[in-house]
Amino acid sequence: MAGRIVLVTGVTRVIGSCLAGRLAAHPAVDRVIGVDAALPEAAARARMGSADFARVDIRNPLVARVIEAAGVDTVVHASASSTPASSAARTMAKEMNVLGTMQLLAACQRSDSVRNLIVRSTGAVYGASSRDPAIFTEEMSARSVPSSGPGRDAIDIEAYVRGFGRRRPDVRIAVPRFAEIVGPTVVTPLTRYFGLSPAVPMVLGRDARLQFVHEHDAIGVLEHLALGDFAGTVNVAGDGTMTLAQAIHRAGRIPLPVPSVGLDPLSRVMRTLRLGGFSSGQVKLLAAGRVMDTTRLRERVGFAPKFTTVEAFDDFAAALRPVVTPEVVRRVEVRVAGTIGVRPLPDTPAIGAADRAADSVVDVLLADHDAFGGGDRAGAAAGYPGDTRPKLVGIDGHASGTPRRRRIR
Amino acid sequence: MSGQDGVRPAPHPVSRVASEAQTSERDGGTAVAGTDAPSGRRVRGPRSAPGVPEGQSTSVAAPAVAVPAVDEENTETGWRRGLAGSLAFLRRRMTGEYQVDDFGYDADFTDHVVVPPLKVLYEKWFRIETVGMENIPDTGGALLVANHSGTVAVDALMTAVAVREHHPMRRALRMLGADLVFQTPFLGPFARKMGNTLACNPDAERLLSTGELVAVFPEGFKGVGKPYSQRYRLQRFGRGGFVTAAMKTGVPIIPVSIVGAEEIYPMIGNIKPLARALGFPYFPVTPTFPLLGPLGMVPLPSKWIIEFGEPIPTTGFGDNAADDPMVVFNITDRVRETIQQTLYRLLLRRGHPFLG
Repeated sequence: MAGRIVLVTGVTRVIGSCLAGRLAAHPAVDRVIGVDAALPEAAARARMGSADFARVDIRNPLVARVIEAAGVDTVVHASASSTPASSAARTMAKEMNVLGTMQLLAACQRSDSVRNLIVRSTGAVYGASSRDPAIFTEEMSARSVPSSGPGRDAIDIEAYVRGFGRRRPDVRIAVPRFAEIVGPTVVTPLTRYFGLSPAVPMVLGRDARLQFVHEHDAIGVLEHLALGDFAGTVNVAGDGTMTLAQAIHRAGRIPLPVPSVGLDPLSRVMRTLRLGGFSSGQVKLLAAGRVMDTTRLRERVGFAPKFTTVEAFDDFAAALRPVVTPEVVRRVEVRVAGTIGVRPLPDTPAIGAADRAADSVVDVLLADHDAFGGGDRAGAAAGYPGDTRPKLVGIDGHASGTPRRRRIR
Repeated sequence: MSGQDGVRPAPHPVSRVASEAQTSERDGGTAVAGTDAPSGRRVRGPRSAPGVPEGQSTSVAAPAVAVPAVDEENTETGWRRGLAGSLAFLRRRMTGEYQVDDFGYDADFTDHVVVPPLKVLYEKWFRIETVGMENIPDTGGALLVANHSGTVAVDALMTAVAVREHHPMRRALRMLGADLVFQTPFLGPFARKMGNTLACNPDAERLLSTGELVAVFPEGFKGVGKPYSQRYRLQRFGRGGFVTAAMKTGVPIIPVSIVGAEEIYPMIGNIKPLARALGFPYFPVTPTFPLLGPLGMVPLPSKWIIEFGEPIPTTGFGDNAADDPMVVFNITDRVRETIQQTLYRLLLRRGHPFLG
């Protein structure tokens, strides 16, 4: 049997370009064609490796010609449900997400060669409300159906994909629903939100559970689904959960609880003063939180994420410049203890010898990271003073060492 | 013994070592860097102790080199250890070094913030007595079904403290709460951190199948918000969803009867328009609230007894019994009857509501 011919959308973005590169290097794949409406930057082009690039807007019928001409058998719609880089691009994102998916599905329906379709979706389809069950399985649907935003788009996209599945039952369709993707390279509204400094606003009186998936695992799942034989919907998230306040603290920032009515004015003021922006809608969504069950991912798809939720977040947060480091907190604790005359308890053995040993492994592996051009994140290169640890920048198959910044007891 | 160590300086190193031998066991081999300092008390300040290097605090701040056997430093007892523990807790809060499970249960927070004040209430205020703790298994799932009363759901908190502090395995009790609890700001996240979750079958079954102890109060607001005149009379038990959850996961049901909670806030009236306006299920009037304002929120010190009854098995009813309404209703009734009869028995045994 001849090798696969794969079409990957959204290759100007981190996930799409990395996936294209990974698939192109895979022995079972003959050819990878990355498409996007814009030209990929040098870093993205480097990540694509030996994959071809075709500048095609998926909203243009031209994409059908590409599929036909190349005899594409696997379409990975990696740009679907990808979050816009800024909230101003929201209308544009809807256009790209929903209408782009419709056009792409129309092209796939016409094609005789397409046998596999992977459409990226998001956990936002489950909505987020306080009346939700604690953990969503794939069979559950939203209790409070999102009326707008990425959740709404993803629900629409999934509906179109189901319609496509009815018309083309011969095509294997896999729809991964991703938790929020974080990592040292990806840039999303969420990573920007945690990048606010020194305080990160959150809704007063709310502290929701969050789940993250590392960019490395997200790409791994898409590759696994593209070349595997799983058909259906599957939740994708790192193991475990963390709360929003905990995440803000672990990023070395201070949570700033704001009454939900005050979020809109605050976000406007901060944007006007150029202190960094956040969307109040996004913060309110974070107030409810959402956790997905990943049993199907492990047992039916056969994919085990390498990063837990906390590890994924820590790996992302290591690229931020912390305001409050664990060392500072420890020093304050010791000083306060000294003032009131008590002996401080020992620190958790987190910043101990084990982590340093792990770092030396990372050191060796870091050699091939240069190929990724340092990643898209401007802050990644900066690092923070006093930190001699090398950063995990970029993604590839080898960089799966022990990426923890700190270890939970 | 707590005061002694703090006030009196150690007369001789040998006697200090002897006293450490007692405490070191409890300290569990925790050690701090900078064990070169002669005594734990010296941390107070370099000024009073010229022998201690100036950088005492920074030497502690340096990455802790674990020396588990040497435990010379931890001679603190009582409130000193408590304070140090609180500081360490605050540090973990500030750095995010704690874990929550998929339901949001934060054991560190529960142990350090929630349980200590509740324990005082449990032991000193309500003088709670437990009966039948041996009916709660040491491991594996079980569904505790209890009566609900008291205007404010203090009975749920006390049941959780009972299982947490007085069961030999000190098990965590995962309670199922009403929608309203999780919608309310502050209360919602607080309830989640304590390990509680929304009363719905997927959550209950998930907890039970992972071997957790789950508690449910099927009377809900009807039980908590009933007038004092109806005390110790069980309200309706919902649709029996809790029985279905127990049957599907094959865990036993443990009937729990709580006597004493009815008297903490005797509800003699209900201002319904105010309740509607505020979105509460009821707005209570007690002999002290709202008459005495915030002071009226102090619960009356009734005497409590919590009895954990004999487990009622939910297996052996054949296949698909969980979908058979007849079986479900029968078990629901049996649980309800057991709790009602136990309540009457415990009431007789308790005697006066406030003495004893």
